Amino acid sequence: MQISGAQMVIEALIAEGVNTVFGYPGGAIMNVYDEIYKQDGFKHILNRHEQASVHAAEGYAKASGKVGVAMITSGPGFTNAVTGLADAYMDSVPLVVISGQVPMSLIGTDGFQEIDAVGISRPCTKHNYLVTDAKDLPRVLKEAFYIARSGRPGPVHVDIPKDVTAQIEEFNYDIELELETYKPHVKGNPRQIKKAMDAIAKAKRPLFYLGGGVINANASYEVRELIHKTGIPAVETLMARGVLSYDDPLLVGMLGMHGSYSSNMAMSETDLVIGLGARFDDRVTGKLSEFAKNADVIHVDIDPASISKLVNVDYPIVGDLKNVASDMLEQVSKIKSEKYESWRETINEFAELHPLTYHEDSERIKPQWVIQRVGELLGDSANISTDVGQHQMWAAQFYPFSRPNQWITSGGLGTMGFGFPAAIGVKAASPDKTSINFTGDGSILMNCQELMTAVEKKIPVINIILNNNFLGMVRQWQTLFYDKRHSETDLSVQPDFVKLSEAFGGIGYRVTTKEEFDAALKDAVEKNVVAFIEVIVERFENVMPMVPSGGSLFNMMLLEKKETK
Amino acid sequence: MTENSERRVISVIVVNEASVLSRITNLFSGRGYNITSLTVAPIPDSKYSRLTIVTSGSVRVIEQITKQLHKLIPVLRVYEHADLVEKEMAMVKFPITENLSDINTLCEAYNGKIVNVGENVVIAMVTDEPKRVDHFLGAIKRYNPKEIVRSGAVALER
Repeated sequence: MQISGAQMVIEALIAEGVNTVFGYPGGAIMNVYDEIYKQDGFKHILNRHEQASVHAAEGYAKASGKVGVAMITSGPGFTNAVTGLADAYMDSVPLVVISGQVPMSLIGTDGFQEIDAVGISRPCTKHNYLVTDAKDLPRVLKEAFYIARSGRPGPVHVDIPKDVTAQIEEFNYDIELELETYKPHVKGNPRQIKKAMDAIAKAKRPLFYLGGGVINANASYEVRELIHKTGIPAVETLMARGVLSYDDPLLVGMLGMHGSYSSNMAMSETDLVIGLGARFDDRVTGKLSEFAKNADVIHVDIDPASISKLVNVDYPIVGDLKNVASDMLEQVSKIKSEKYESWRETINEFAELHPLTYHEDSERIKPQWVIQRVGELLGDSANISTDVGQHQMWAAQFYPFSRPNQWITSGGLGTMGFGFPAAIGVKAASPDKTSINFTGDGSILMNCQELMTAVEKKIPVINIILNNNFLGMVRQWQTLFYDKRHSETDLSVQPDFVKLSEAFGGIGYRVTTKEEFDAALKDAVEKNVVAFIEVIVERFENVMPMVPSGGSLFNMMLLEKKETK
Repeated sequence: MTENSERRVISVIVVNEASVLSRITNLFSGRGYNITSLTVAPIPDSKYSRLTIVTSGSVRVIEQITKQLHKLIPVLRVYEHADLVEKEMAMVKFPITENLSDINTLCEAYNGKIVNVGENVVIAMVTDEPKRVDHFLGAIKRYNPKEIVRSGAVALER
């Protein structure tokens, strides 16, 4: 059929099964928005900033496992979206981001709202396209979705000049893709898998090291099986929270800069690291030369470039984790769980020596309590998003995650302002679960305009603001490493968060006691509307344990020993 | 870098499409890799181009470079062979008043000759292994070269 480029975009999105698009219109993308007006194949959610559109698409993608879609205009619309693209690229989130561009005749002339969008998005996308002819659109869009979701997932940016969206051409989406140069490995090499399984059978103190790739590969079920059948303990990275349920006896905890003592010690003592979909990030490894120093390393990853990038790998396996874990399960009988009994005991002793905890020693509510309490009250029934900073680490440490895709956070890029729009995307993808965003008094102001989006579209996100009147994580570093010079981190001058929420049509609570918090959360869940719950928490609480930047994992600053209640 | 850095030649076969070269060079600059020289030209009768990149780095860095190159969607193949036939061209402009027969003799020793003669200058050209081109450019210094241009290396695996 002969249709315009703009109509092709709509047809392609519908053909891809997209049911929600996040975006913001503008001059160069108007032809497409005109077609959005006319169609009813998918919902469009109007965010109030393009960055939020991309984060919302990320939240949607992470909660649903599908490709998230955002649509924006040229120039400032696009540059606003760049943070979202970079965030998605770092955390391997499958997105297709479509931007308008000035007409072909104006490209290169410094036209109104012109920017070299593909030049800017190149280093922060898996791939990008500038479509110069509507004849190419069906193929480009089909490739974009395929590339975004296959292999190591990532964001794909498609830039379409305005005249191309007006151009009328034949549309046929039923085409075979011929990507001669892009063929992700999906099956792991059987010889390598056998070698790895033999190495596990020989190891005395093996340790699973789970990364976000387990969730991306939708391999949590297989990985849980593998862990349970082998009896080998596991540590999770920030991105892997929820792969194992919080009450799984083989889950040691989260490792890394703010990992638990037992997880970091287990990693330091293991003789075989079994890395699954993790990338040995500097926040995980600490000082590289001391990381798992006496261990051999198995590394399963879909991205060959992740293997031996930072840590030398003895048993590399390139492949889709779902396949590789299934193949490993077939050989699981050669591994005897009893063999690791004393190793599991050693790890339990680490956990008993320095458990992950906090002291109830202040007048004000402790932020960790808030996280734990939400966990007690909502547990599995909530999806948890966060912004970035102390609250994020406490949420990762103290929330009882029970399933994959429950935990949505900005890990690699560490983007303040991620949480609220992401939680909107999460709620759109998963309406049956309560969508909680843990945030701080710093982060929430970075995308608080999303109150309008959530109120307009009736997307009841509950934002729990852990308010310590500080840019807490930076303040913590200043306290510890900059001799308490709290440069520009005191956020004592603040808006009235309750009124802020109310001004947009949401509801707000300001709580200072535990009783008030329980009542506020209960009320917000029942009312099922957009809410801010501002919790006044202890100002000077630090995230502990902590591996100082560049230090060895086993050299942790620990919570001072005190009698805990 | 504490590990030993060594010179390597990497050949990359890419789809000949808009912006593919900047994808490659962005990758190098973004990740802090060196480019000593880079040449690119279309492969006849195909939709591909071939890049020859001379770079340097430790074994780990070179391995990362090849893997990261391979990750780029329009990259078909990456060759990082030690066993290569490698050639480079250099052109040098000399004042016509220099000893032209000396220059010509030197050029011949490096697979070259004088290729252009003008009113005031001559242009000589040599083609040889990059290391030998270095030697040549050392040897001709005494003839007051006015301008030198090197093509960058091209290479084929044996």
